[in-house]
Amino acid sequence: MAEDKGDCVEAAHLLYHYLDGELTTERRVLIRQHLDDCPPCGQAFEFEADLRVVIAQKCREQVPPELVERVRKALGQE
Amino acid sequence: MADQATFEAQAMEFMPSLYTAALRMTRNPADAEDLVQETYLKAYRGFGGFEQGTNLKAWLYRILTNTFINSYRSKKRRPEESDIEDVEDLYLYRRLGGLEGATAGQSAEDQVLEHFTESEIKEALDSLPEQFRIAVLLGDVEGFSYKEIAEILDIPIGTVMSRLHRGRRALQKRLYEFGRQRGLVVEPQG
Repeated sequence: MAEDKGDCVEAAHLLYHYLDGELTTERRVLIRQHLDDCPPCGQAFEFEADLRVVIAQKCREQVPPELVERVRKALGQE
Repeated sequence: MADQATFEAQAMEFMPSLYTAALRMTRNPADAEDLVQETYLKAYRGFGGFEQGTNLKAWLYRILTNTFINSYRSKKRRPEESDIEDVEDLYLYRRLGGLEGATAGQSAEDQVLEHFTESEIKEALDSLPEQFRIAVLLGDVEGFSYKEIAEILDIPIGTVMSRLHRGRRALQKRLYEFGRQRGLVVEPQG
């Protein structure tokens, strides 16, 4: 992507660990630094973060109201 | 047995997310409702064994997942991880890159994201093989950590990462296919 290709490859490789908050602080700082210095990687990461939000929002289901009642009733019969 | 009111006060608030997960697991509303009810009954019976102050949502998910695996999932399941085609990192983004038509303050890529409908996102997720679907569901829809997912599914963290990351990439491929069918994205030239 940018001038230092190795950093871009490593950033892409650690993309999900970064977005999942599962990197050590040290690694996280290094990736953050790269994203600030490399706009193409920064935009790619932003897209992935946005995609995750869209997936989470658009998968939500409404609980059928009768299910709540059904479960309460079943618990009452225990 | 725990007092019903105490149990309900703590556990009922998780029903929307448990139902969301149940529907993605079973892909069938009637089964999803039965699965949620069974989960609550088992949780209620076992509530004495729940350690107060620990993660109740994760505990309920573990019951939900185990119940699904033991009672609801297809007999014809395909347990092999190699069943999923692996694609490269940033699959969707790389295919949207350079799209024309961005308007002020919003990239063309983000506009495509907004155009995906709820049913397309759900269908894309539903199309993943079960173990990848559940990993993505727990990670991306419910926001559980790798460690929590490992505990819920009773698998090593390395397996969680592998399923989650591969599942996400496969999901992107499905979304790209939907985008292409609807003309939201165009095939790369040459």
